[in-house]
Amino acid sequence: MNKQIKNFLIHHGRQFGTLIGLFVLIVVLWIFSPFFLTFSNLLNVAQQTSINAIIAVGMTFVIISAGIDLSVGSIVALAGVVLASTLHRGVPLPFAIMMGLGVGFLCGLVNGILITQGRLPPFISTLGMMSVARGTALLFTQGRPISGFSADFRFLATGEILRIPMPVVMMIMIYIVAHFVLKSTKLGRYTYAIGGNEEAAILSGVNVKFYKTIVYGICGLFSGTAAVLLSARLNSAQPIAGMMYELDAIAAVVIGGSSLMGGEGTVIGTLIGAFIMGVLRNGLNLLGISSFIQQIIIGSVIIVAVLVDMALKKHQTS
Amino acid sequence: MIDKIMLQMFHIRQVFPGVIALDDVDFDLQRGEVHILLGENGAGKSTLIKILSGAYQKTSGLIKLEGVEIDIKNPRHAQTLGISTIYQEFNLVPHLNVYENIFLGREPVSIPGVTNRGEMIRKAEEILDDLGVAIDVHAPVRTLGVAQKQMVEVAKALSMDAKILIMDEPTSTLTDREIQDLFSMIRRLKKKGVSIIFISHRLEEAYDIGDRVTVLRDGRHIGTCDMDQIQKTDLIKMMVNRELKEQYPRIRMQAGEEILRVENVNKKGILKDITFSLHRGEILGITGLMGAGRTELARILFGVDQFDNGQFVFKGKMITIQSPRKAINLGIGFLTEDRKSQGLILKQSLQENICLPSIERFSRWGMMDVQKENLITERYIKELKIKTTGSRQKVKYLSGGNQQKVVMGKWLATQADIFIFDEPTRGIDVGSKVEIYQWMNRLTKNGSGLIMMSSEMPEILGMSDRILVMRHGHIAGEFLPDESAQETILQCALGVKNE
Repeated sequence: MNKQIKNFLIHHGRQFGTLIGLFVLIVVLWIFSPFFLTFSNLLNVAQQTSINAIIAVGMTFVIISAGIDLSVGSIVALAGVVLASTLHRGVPLPFAIMMGLGVGFLCGLVNGILITQGRLPPFISTLGMMSVARGTALLFTQGRPISGFSADFRFLATGEILRIPMPVVMMIMIYIVAHFVLKSTKLGRYTYAIGGNEEAAILSGVNVKFYKTIVYGICGLFSGTAAVLLSARLNSAQPIAGMMYELDAIAAVVIGGSSLMGGEGTVIGTLIGAFIMGVLRNGLNLLGISSFIQQIIIGSVIIVAVLVDMALKKHQTS
Repeated sequence: MIDKIMLQMFHIRQVFPGVIALDDVDFDLQRGEVHILLGENGAGKSTLIKILSGAYQKTSGLIKLEGVEIDIKNPRHAQTLGISTIYQEFNLVPHLNVYENIFLGREPVSIPGVTNRGEMIRKAEEILDDLGVAIDVHAPVRTLGVAQKQMVEVAKALSMDAKILIMDEPTSTLTDREIQDLFSMIRRLKKKGVSIIFISHRLEEAYDIGDRVTVLRDGRHIGTCDMDQIQKTDLIKMMVNRELKEQYPRIRMQAGEEILRVENVNKKGILKDITFSLHRGEILGITGLMGAGRTELARILFGVDQFDNGQFVFKGKMITIQSPRKAINLGIGFLTEDRKSQGLILKQSLQENICLPSIERFSRWGMMDVQKENLITERYIKELKIKTTGSRQKVKYLSGGNQQKVVMGKWLATQADIFIFDEPTRGIDVGSKVEIYQWMNRLTKNGSGLIMMSSEMPEILGMSDRILVMRHGHIAGEFLPDESAQETILQCALGVKNE
């Protein structure tokens, strides 16, 4: 029995570490600002976190496969403006949403193809895509936002189910599915295998090129999803939306315990990571701390989180 | 007499959380001697040398260097004391050239901050000359072969005035000829009074180069004696504490029908007119020097690499093998040479590794059947006697021999008809070796055909039913396994004509 608990802690200790970090953060903020721990503010945090959290799911897949995707923020912008203009042309809502998601998925696939067929390092190909997608979004809209959508569409962001805002509901659903995919499907197994040791995966019969491409496609798809929610929330799609989203997403994944070397990580960890960032932002705002200082604090948290992670892992191996 | 003793270690104890890696171990080393350190994987050899090289801090015990008590604080400190270690994975910077590597971090300077290139080159050449090796000191290290890199490591150690040189399985990736070069270099070092601790799994080598031998088992010192006063079988007994009936327990049987025929396979500059056939119940040994094309052939058979022309007949039918997936589906398994970089995903569990190639059997509509996976994994853990805390343990925590068994399990689970073993027992302990050989017997008994690529002559002779020798990408000869064939096989591999 004792051994079981010990084994469990060894295998999941890393996640408890982050979870404890999140709780400590919440308690500290609660002490400083009693308003923090109200239901409405917590929902607010969840809603603010949802978009980064959804992008970070895709990023988790990519990082587990030992890759990186710098283009997610630009894809959010491009998918958003395509979706918005489709809506404005009177295309039925479901099709317009599919267009938005499709653009995201397609951009991701292009990333994947450049990496697998073009043999480009993921950093380079997605860096290129970051600029190409952004430029396309700007060109497509002549730099102007596309605003004003139907109530039906806006419901995706403003609606509630059992008092829980729609983006939060969607985030939860996406995380459940993503967790299942990573843990219990062939695709998930292959994603870990590719990131853990690509050569061994190839020699075990894994079609690495195909699955890697799919992983980047998935990442693009989640960027598209974020674009839908963001446009609905702002009632506007902007070609300059999603700036620096890639860094927030990478930060959430890394705080959540995924290794940039690939082969390890969980979406649960990423969710906790995204919430640590969200809670921190919200709390610092409540405390009236300037956004300049906020950046310093958030950067420091990322560094400390990874330092602690490395120390824990070292402890595990010895 | 005191002067002869270089190093003494008394009652060394090393405790890790939950494990006693070394328990009351004594060890001593004389000036100019080659002291062989023997033991199965996990016996404590690595721990002992890591204490000497400063990587670990001993829990208790006493170390004397030339009669003076020392406390080795870290690797750098060990080097300044004159103790240098050459690990299997080299510590060289590939893009720097030979002399820059030799003096890395200790460059002689002319003006502060400016390295003295002339001095470095002169000294590097001097050291390499002394070692009797011809390596261009201007060559970038990445262009050197394994054996040459090893020489550069030795040169680096000597540039730090090493009195004690620790070599961790230095021969495991060398060809026979390179091993002879290494040994002649070691003999030169001995004459200069350098003491060498030499770790190896190959007993033949121990007799070749060693003066004395120390055997460790389960973290304890079992015995130390002069090399020429102990029999091989006794050494094995000391290492495993059980009488190994035979090191190579091959049970030969009547070969069955032909299962694979390879016809005229060519790949420009790599393979030339490879033709052979494999039968059910047979182990076909393929040997040759490094670079003779063995691994390349295996990769083509498994659909990893492309080739120019040639054909395969599998169970009487012409087939093409475009990808490893296709090969696996046909019933071919490939146990790669390097388990860490090619065979296993170290960060993943036994279960995930064992089930990876046969994942189709454990999944439906892309969904994994974890229960079924677990069942199969447990079965192979039991059948292969893998020492593990369970199917969920990450394979990186297993010892070398157990890792190799996981590789074995992974391919057994595919239920293949043909198994290609590339260096199946490299760097693993005697006990695990024999178990793997027994599995080969079992596979052939069940009608599989095995291709075994190996550069270890005793293994080739001991386990094969037929032997192909490769040289420069073609098959230079076919032999039957016979003790007396050893010499002719080697001559064939080297391309030496027998008058």
